[in-house]
Amino acid sequence: MSTDTQFDLWEVFIQSKSGLPYMHAGSVHASDNKMALQNARDIYTRRGEGTSIWVMPSKYIVASNPDDNDMLFDPANDKAYRHPTFYTMPEGAKNI
Amino acid sequence: MHNEHSDTHFQLRIDNGEHIEAKDYMPENYRKHLIRQMSQHAHSEVIGMQPEGNWITRAPSLRAKQILLAKIQDEGGHGLYLYSAVETLGVSRSELIEQLQSGKAKYSSIFNYPALNWADIGAIGWLVDGAAIVNQVSLQRTSYGPYSRGMVRICKEESFHQRQGYEIMAKMMAGTKDQQAMAQDAMNRWWWPSLMMFGPHDTNSPHSSDAVKWKIKRETNDELRQKFIDKTIPQAELIGLVVPDKNIKLDDNTGHYTISEINWDEFNRVISGHGPCNKQRIDHHIKYHNEGEWVREAAIAFKKKHTKKELETV
Amino acid sequence: MNIQEATHTYTLRLGDNALILGHRLSELCSKGPILEEDLALTNISLDMIGRAQALLKYAADTEMLGKTEDDLAYRRPENHYYNNLIIEQPNGDFAHTIARQLFVSVFEFLFYTELEKSKDTTLAAIASKTIKEIKYHMQHAADWTLRLGDGTAESHKRMQKAVNDLWMYTGEFFEMDNLDTFLLHQHIAVDASSLKLEWNKYIKTALNDATLNVPEDSFMQTGSKKGIHTENLGHILSEMQYLQRAYPDAKW
Repeated sequence: MSTDTQFDLWEVFIQSKSGLPYMHAGSVHASDNKMALQNARDIYTRRGEGTSIWVMPSKYIVASNPDDNDMLFDPANDKAYRHPTFYTMPEGAKNI
Repeated sequence: MHNEHSDTHFQLRIDNGEHIEAKDYMPENYRKHLIRQMSQHAHSEVIGMQPEGNWITRAPSLRAKQILLAKIQDEGGHGLYLYSAVETLGVSRSELIEQLQSGKAKYSSIFNYPALNWADIGAIGWLVDGAAIVNQVSLQRTSYGPYSRGMVRICKEESFHQRQGYEIMAKMMAGTKDQQAMAQDAMNRWWWPSLMMFGPHDTNSPHSSDAVKWKIKRETNDELRQKFIDKTIPQAELIGLVVPDKNIKLDDNTGHYTISEINWDEFNRVISGHGPCNKQRIDHHIKYHNEGEWVREAAIAFKKKHTKKELETV
Repeated sequence: MNIQEATHTYTLRLGDNALILGHRLSELCSKGPILEEDLALTNISLDMIGRAQALLKYAADTEMLGKTEDDLAYRRPENHYYNNLIIEQPNGDFAHTIARQLFVSVFEFLFYTELEKSKDTTLAAIASKTIKEIKYHMQHAADWTLRLGDGTAESHKRMQKAVNDLWMYTGEFFEMDNLDTFLLHQHIAVDASSLKLEWNKYIKTALNDATLNVPEDSFMQTGSKKGIHTENLGHILSEMQYLQRAYPDAKW
């Protein structure tokens, strides 16, 4: 095992235009907050991809376990009443 | 109830065209194959910075210098994206670097050839990146999610790489006699190694069948190589470059070019470490990695002294 | 001296600073302490070369001899380059690269902030574009100065040595010769001598925050405004100009 360190891993989220959601762009290595932000800027916005950046240490991300997918996501599949197309509107109704 | 941790279920997901994510069940050999292929790919990008880097300080115009610098920077970025994709499988970048430097991990042999004249920069962009792109476009559909996402980003960024290389070649072929000679010289030296980039024939490729079954690889070595040959030969002819192979023929029935047999002895020799620059490339990597050690140590020491408490208690 | 000739030389000096420092930083490609930093240094280099291109183009335009920015970048003899001596100093270790960048970027930040007000609209426009880039260079250098100065014992020693080694080249930033003064009166040039106080203040804070000492002012090296350089520039040019000199008829 190498004793060399390549700094901590951070996840980078970029907002491509104001008003749009922040999207996961990738990861960078950095030793501190400022370096993480600068590295994210230097690596993920070289072609004008961004107007704003979030970075966070990867170790703080909590991910769902694929084994729980049935329990977590399947129950939402039969709740069609949450979607507008579920409802029948009278013929001729407008602006609804 | 089906067993989500079985190889059969895994193969079913692959056959259904699903992507596999880091935490999903995967057969050990799938994981191993991914780590080998992605790290080799990442190392290739990083070592690939060197031959072109050899010409940055001698680029003949401000425009050429900016393009070359931006392109090599992209290669570094692509190495970084790919290292990150490998890291999702629990292998750290330090380990990957150690494997590269110890010779345990390989990188594309093409970068063990030297960049000797300015037209080599054209040839590397046009032929080497051209060959890489054929492979990478195919890999955008690879079954491992983080790898696939990395490749999508890489392909988007690489689209200028091949064009800038071909532009250099075209400019030099339209230039003075000296420039034409340089361009042809570069063509002669880079043509065969770029065909070797696709790897051995399918019949001799040890990892190919599993990789295709798992959809890590979407097309075989020979299929990809043929694609590259078919699109590149007309590009060479258009600007007056001679492809260094007397047996090239366009088969009217298939629409494909046939070529002479590749010199696999040379391929094997370079892979086993005896290319012109194998030692130089790794030595360079080790030298600057070691020279950076005190810098990395300083950054970590600084961070330890100044850690904000609130971040640690999240 | 007429305004146009003076503007040509003035612009050439600024262009050469960007050209040669951009070149120096480009030498570091694939040699960074970590991959991320490699990309960061390349970004700074690209900013510099882009700025050089704009300035040398304007220098060529004001010269009115039908030359291009490439003619100016690649076809002049050594003593017709006017970049400051600090610019051409070797990259050295990472501490030297950072110290050089800190000194230069802080000066450039102050300088281009003033140049933005120049009566010469081309120079003012270049300044307002470049100032955004310089702010980032300055931040990058200041952050690394902090990490190296206040990092390990070794990094502290190296950073202090780099600061000391380069200090004698910082006096040149603030020199004003006849040409500068002439253009200052035309409201085109910046009064560089007036920036020294502010520069010293910023550098003192940056170094002290990083637990580093500000060197005592002693003799300051000079010569670049007259085209007299350290031995380093000749080697930079022999590489940079190689193809243009070896194949004078070729277009690239």
